[in-house]
Amino acid sequence: MTLGEFSTVNRRDFIRWSGFGLAVTGQGLYMVAMAQPAPEGELNPYIVIHEDGRVLISAPNPDVGQGVNTSLPMIVAEELDADWASVEVIAAPVDPQRYGAQFAGGSLSVRNRWNELRTMGATAREMLLRAAAASWQLPREQLTTEPGQVVHGATGRRASFGELAALAAQQPVPGEGEVTLKDSAEYRLLGNRVVNAAAEDIVRGHSLFGIDVVVPDMVYATYVKCPQPGGTPSSANLDAVKNLPGVLDAFLIKGDAVPPVFDLRNSTHVAGGVAIVATNTWAAFKARRSLQVQWDTAGASRDDSAAIESQAVKAMEQVQGDRELVRTGDPDRAFASAASVLSAQYLTEFISHAQLEPQGCVAHVSGDRAEVWTSSQTPGFAQITLGKLLDLPAGNIRVHQVRGGGGFGRRLSNEYVREAALISQRVGKPVKLQWMREDDMAFDFYRAPTYYRLEGALSDQGELVAWRNHVVSASADGDKANYGAGYRNKDFPDRVLANVHVTQSLVHSVTPTGAWRAPESNVYAFAEQSFLHELALAANRDHREFLMTTLGEDKWYEDGNLGRLHTGRARAVIEAVTRAAGWGRALPENRGLGLGFYFSHAGHVAEVAEVSVDERKGVTVHKVWAAADLGQIVNLSGAENQFQGSVVDGLSALANQRISIREGAVQQRNFDQYDLLRLPQRPDISVTFLSSDFPPSGAGEPALPPLAPAVCNAVFAACGQRIRSLPISRQGFRIV
Amino acid sequence: MQLTINGQAQDLGDLDPEMPLLWALRDILGLVGTKYGCGVAQCGACTVWLDDNPVRSCQLTVGALAGRRITTIEGLGQDELHPVQRAWVEHDVAQCGYCQAGQIMSAAALLKRDPSPSMAAIESAMAGNLCRCGTYTRIVAAVQSAAQSLAQIDCYEVGESAQAAGDRGGAAV
Ligand code: FES
Ligand code: FES
Repeated sequence: MTLGEFSTVNRRDFIRWSGFGLAVTGQGLYMVAMAQPAPEGELNPYIVIHEDGRVLISAPNPDVGQGVNTSLPMIVAEELDADWASVEVIAAPVDPQRYGAQFAGGSLSVRNRWNELRTMGATAREMLLRAAAASWQLPREQLTTEPGQVVHGATGRRASFGELAALAAQQPVPGEGEVTLKDSAEYRLLGNRVVNAAAEDIVRGHSLFGIDVVVPDMVYATYVKCPQPGGTPSSANLDAVKNLPGVLDAFLIKGDAVPPVFDLRNSTHVAGGVAIVATNTWAAFKARRSLQVQWDTAGASRDDSAAIESQAVKAMEQVQGDRELVRTGDPDRAFASAASVLSAQYLTEFISHAQLEPQGCVAHVSGDRAEVWTSSQTPGFAQITLGKLLDLPAGNIRVHQVRGGGGFGRRLSNEYVREAALISQRVGKPVKLQWMREDDMAFDFYRAPTYYRLEGALSDQGELVAWRNHVVSASADGDKANYGAGYRNKDFPDRVLANVHVTQSLVHSVTPTGAWRAPESNVYAFAEQSFLHELALAANRDHREFLMTTLGEDKWYEDGNLGRLHTGRARAVIEAVTRAAGWGRALPENRGLGLGFYFSHAGHVAEVAEVSVDERKGVTVHKVWAAADLGQIVNLSGAENQFQGSVVDGLSALANQRISIREGAVQQRNFDQYDLLRLPQRPDISVTFLSSDFPPSGAGEPALPPLAPAVCNAVFAACGQRIRSLPISRQGFRIV
Repeated sequence: MQLTINGQAQDLGDLDPEMPLLWALRDILGLVGTKYGCGVAQCGACTVWLDDNPVRSCQLTVGALAGRRITTIEGLGQDELHPVQRAWVEHDVAQCGYCQAGQIMSAAALLKRDPSPSMAAIESAMAGNLCRCGTYTRIVAAVQSAAQSLAQIDCYEVGESAQAAGDRGGAAV
């Protein structure tokens, strides 16, 4: 499945659910302002207003650092007209009946919940207004709100939300037509800088994360898997391990004798391995030193990343691939009659997520019930797939969502939840499963390697008239591309140009791959935007001007659909970022500016990097400018933080990150063999959000794709060397 | 086994002396602010103070720590936030927040020994703390503004707050 499917689930759930709530007016089933928190078992509201004025707002989606614990409640608070200082954010329970699809992915949280949450806030506000009207015997139309208060303008009479809460809870829930949403000009909160709701707990080191969860009677476990995905344990020295200090139990879990695939909704895959259960994490980790396991590798991966790459590079020698994905216009004729044709091969390697909190989960399976505490990005799918694995109805599985120490797509799958549950079931106690960093690096759903042979045809005027893309995709089944290795329809340049041909070939690989922040976009943008720079230079044109012209007329590729390119918005961000960066200015020797634009996750984003390159191929990234149109900004501080982070993350990934695989097994073990960017390497970062009347879109992903081409184009401008493969360390470059 | 943590003597019972301080803090004492990121001294998520120096608690075995003074994130600010913690909130530094306890312990230790650090000093003091979310820009801004606010108060007193709270018998955890 793709992340796009999530939005369908969400919309359907929301309609069913809000319809249900509206049908039961008076019960406040879908929208309640109450004096007290809902008792256990009662349908849970988004908003609870206490008599002392505290406003509790539920954050429905998992937070793994993208800030939706703050931005989503801000949307509710804005329409409620709550005083943000009196808002307390609480994590909603995982309950699709009440909260629809609760997930963190595809930069969709804000985009999907925008209308729902505004309606929630506005409906509660209306109930407070009606409560005041009733108690003051005044017409509702004469009343308005100020943050935290209902006000009668003519007399100056006012009452706090807290005073009105009990009465408001008794008001009938207003129907759809009885609630008006604010005009963006009336916003007091949205678009401002708001500090993350968890900021103080974070700096105090309070228990917040999945790894911090402790439940009574809990024991600790580690799980040792076969280095080759799909391998299963045939035997191990379990008796010796069980005798080690602190070890309570050790046992084999047979597991599935095939590598896992990234099927979030359906996968019940469990990797075979050895569980060691102990009185504390360290005792479990230490016992691994004494563990000896014989693996059955009949069904296991034998992938070799170097062999995969050389097959793909060979396949890229062909102009066209084995099957056709897109044919628009007459590309063959356009290429045949072009004044010049340019061709280049771009490639990237496997990389790992390396979120800073290694995977883990607390699970308690007893009898026909299961309870799990997880930082999953898809707690709803954790519930579904665990139910299938344990053969329990979803209603018997309780999932608590807990803050995650980074996600980036790594927590979309739920295999760690299933592992913890199986271990708990076996030992009959709550278990905290903790992966070591080495497990986390060895058993990821990696970003897939990608290979693109791109060709562009230029007219004698230097216009880009045709485009070819031969995508070589890793495939486990010889039919479909593995997750992240394929091709997705793109508006630019594929729908903008008159003649386009996209074809695909497959190379065999069973190494598990999955969504890595801005999947596919983050690698394809590098190829596409670097190649457009090559074409501009071949046409003797300025890169910025070439990009602006190639975008064509102002056009929204589907009116009203935020997921489609809007060339006017695209041009505006390119214009803004190049102006901010002083595009075209004279630079010292060995210094250059590079530009990248990409549209993904409903965000139009352009970036310019200024770099210098020394004689030893050390690349200093002095500054990165980003300009974006994300529609209405919800939390300016949060959105800017995501952009700053995307720049750092993008640099981190392009510098020297690679996962190499031999005989199915990942070779890198820990951060000493897998570099993350460090603070001294960071560039200055300047972020501009264009003011925009479009509805908001997410900020977590769209700033990542333009970064690699901006930096690599700048390296070319600085030293004349074209980078066509990532990481840049392949060509001897490094970020200093 | 006895350790002094955040100004309080803690009895760890007959713990495996090879257990890294990190896991003793987290699993035995319930001080979960100190984080596990790599276990091999690469990420800095587990940074605590040994006496006044930032150290990687994943690399220190409890057996080697008798009589030493340890400060964790929980002991840095007591009722009041430490100026470094306050700057972290004001600059809205955290994204996921997982690395930030370690970042703050490194930054607070830096300011204790160098109250107005140069950029080079900040960079070298913070180079051992990874942030996968990429909050480095804000970390630098927060360190600089914490340095400014510390310049306005008696930084010796602030630096000793954990110890002082323990001496007063205050709740250090
Ligand atoms: S956990 Fe100690 S440095 Fe990473
Ligand atoms: S804030 Fe997530 S790792 Fe630093």
